[in-house]
Amino acid sequence: MSIQIDRNKCIGCRRCADICPGTLFCMKDSRACMRYPEECWGCVSCVKECPVHAISLYLGADIGGMGSRMTVRRTGSLLHWTVARPDSTTETITVDTRDANKY
Amino acid sequence: MKTTTLDTDILILGGGAAGCYAALTLREKAPDANVLILEKADIRRSGCLAAGVNALNAYIVPGKTPDFYVDYAKKDAHGIVREDLLLSMSERLNEVTHRLEQLGLVILKDENGNYVTRGNRNVKINGENIKPLLAQAVRECENVTVMNRVNAVDYIVENGRIAGVFANDVREEKIYFIRCRACICATGGAAGLYRPNNPGFSRHKMWYPPFNTGAGYAMGIRAGAEMTTFEMRFIALRCKDTIAPTGTLAQGVGAKQVNAHGEIYEQKYGLTTSQRVYGTVMENREGRGPCYLRTKGITPEQADSLKKAYLNMAPSQTLKWLENGSSPDEENVEIEGTEPYIVGGHTASGYWVDSDRMTTIDGLFAAGDVAGGSPQKYVTGALAEGEIAAEAAAAYVQRPLGSVSEAYMQQRTEEVQKYFENTGLFTTEQLEEAMQGIMDHYAGGISTDYGFTESGLELADQKIQRLIQLSDSVHVSDMQELTRLFELRERLLVCRVVIAHLADRKETRWHCFAENLDHPQSDDSWLKYVNSRYENGEIHMLHRELVGRHERYEHSN
Repeated sequence: MSIQIDRNKCIGCRRCADICPGTLFCMKDSRACMRYPEECWGCVSCVKECPVHAISLYLGADIGGMGSRMTVRRTGSLLHWTVARPDSTTETITVDTRDANKY
Repeated sequence: MKTTTLDTDILILGGGAAGCYAALTLREKAPDANVLILEKADIRRSGCLAAGVNALNAYIVPGKTPDFYVDYAKKDAHGIVREDLLLSMSERLNEVTHRLEQLGLVILKDENGNYVTRGNRNVKINGENIKPLLAQAVRECENVTVMNRVNAVDYIVENGRIAGVFANDVREEKIYFIRCRACICATGGAAGLYRPNNPGFSRHKMWYPPFNTGAGYAMGIRAGAEMTTFEMRFIALRCKDTIAPTGTLAQGVGAKQVNAHGEIYEQKYGLTTSQRVYGTVMENREGRGPCYLRTKGITPEQADSLKKAYLNMAPSQTLKWLENGSSPDEENVEIEGTEPYIVGGHTASGYWVDSDRMTTIDGLFAAGDVAGGSPQKYVTGALAEGEIAAEAAAAYVQRPLGSVSEAYMQQRTEEVQKYFENTGLFTTEQLEEAMQGIMDHYAGGISTDYGFTESGLELADQKIQRLIQLSDSVHVSDMQELTRLFELRERLLVCRVVIAHLADRKETRWHCFAENLDHPQSDDSWLKYVNSRYENGEIHMLHRELVGRHERYEHSN
């Protein structure tokens, strides 16, 4: 379970490093990188925190991952979760944070 | 190495659910007291609630009483609980829920403004932001200071009472000696003791936060505090691979546990938490696996709601569905048991506390997953315990500050320096892997279907002790590595206590949680607490009689 950082998008703001509950990030050439990628819990705190959406969640191959990446974007009270598959198709689920879960 | 000394009236270790709520309580109950939270990560997203939570699982729904909740928790733990603790917790569940709503948590309501319940004990929420909400409320408390990325290592105890804490900065070359009048330990339970479901790249894709490494347990053990019920391990029944929660499927859409033939097997083994895991183990062992939660046949609308619900707590499960182009209404969800954890919020492992949540160390309180005797806390129970502990700790602000000697500070500083100068062959990671392998093989991990023998436990203890020796000579090159080494050493010590407790309870009261192959039956002469104290490198076991629901328990010996 891990996250991938797009170093071309990263602006080096350190917000991911500051939020990570595992202190797993390091900064390299003023860009964020994972010091311990295999120690990611998958909590997506960094994915939510990144202001330029440079971080995505993926599932490791050992737990059935097939290369899709998930990102999340916030507009007002809405969280837009997008999964981009390797074949370039995407699917977005929008959750209104003002709505409770039905289950 | 920079050394900093600090003073505070009340020190809170860990800014998770229990620690944050303790701080909010102290804002009201001790507004003139200085409160300091030490947090190993960042309180905005630390602890169990980092990704969110999709329901409040401990709530007294209309028509039910706190006693109903105590009865439920007692039954689920097969009798080994502190009913006094469960009752005082249960009496506060609804009040803390209302407080969460005031802080901004979204709770589902009906047209009359009443909470919509899920089953007999739960309310439905949108809990994605529950931790940021708690953290924001703490930040607004004028008397509370939060130090993020500071890792508590050891208590400083003076004549049986808490004097302070030794801690290290996780990133900068700094160590801290913090004196206090009282301390509330809320560091959470222990993950990472056993080899996980997926020990390779996805080793941290686990149920419990992998960053909860048993710090509070280990600190208490080293200081000689009495501990209880470490033999009641917790094993979660989870969605395979993503290790995402199953309660949302079982309770939310009524999905039953079925085997590969489609037969519902859960009634066969019983419906307590440990029996649900055991049934799944047995079906697999007897050739009827894999096992599933039967979601096939729910409506597409229900499936869509589930995908949203998982985004609010375990987004990897939704990612898995979307990535595979699958959906729970079309495909059952495969389930598996996790590796065992020690976590007093779900089972009863932790500090032996009095009715006020004070440990056997004077002035040291415990709340949340580190506090023993009171299982099924979930989020609201952890908050309630944070409140109870804080109210009791507030009475300690008139006490003199503890003292920390120059000699102690010098000794700890030299010890830290030594790790930087070490030239040992093995790394923290290698020793962690070895520990998890030993615990898995000899102390009832996944590979033995959670079963263990006394002979195996003896070997496990010998091998863990060797790893403790090896960990003395691990080299570290920065504070992050030092923190990870401290975490390993915490886990190793917790492993020893788990092993000692597993060996002591000569019965199988809970399948899987403590599957004693030498004593496969439940034996009611063991309806008592198995407790321990660590002294001079030895773990001493003691047994205590069950404490009644309306008793007020105080430490006496």
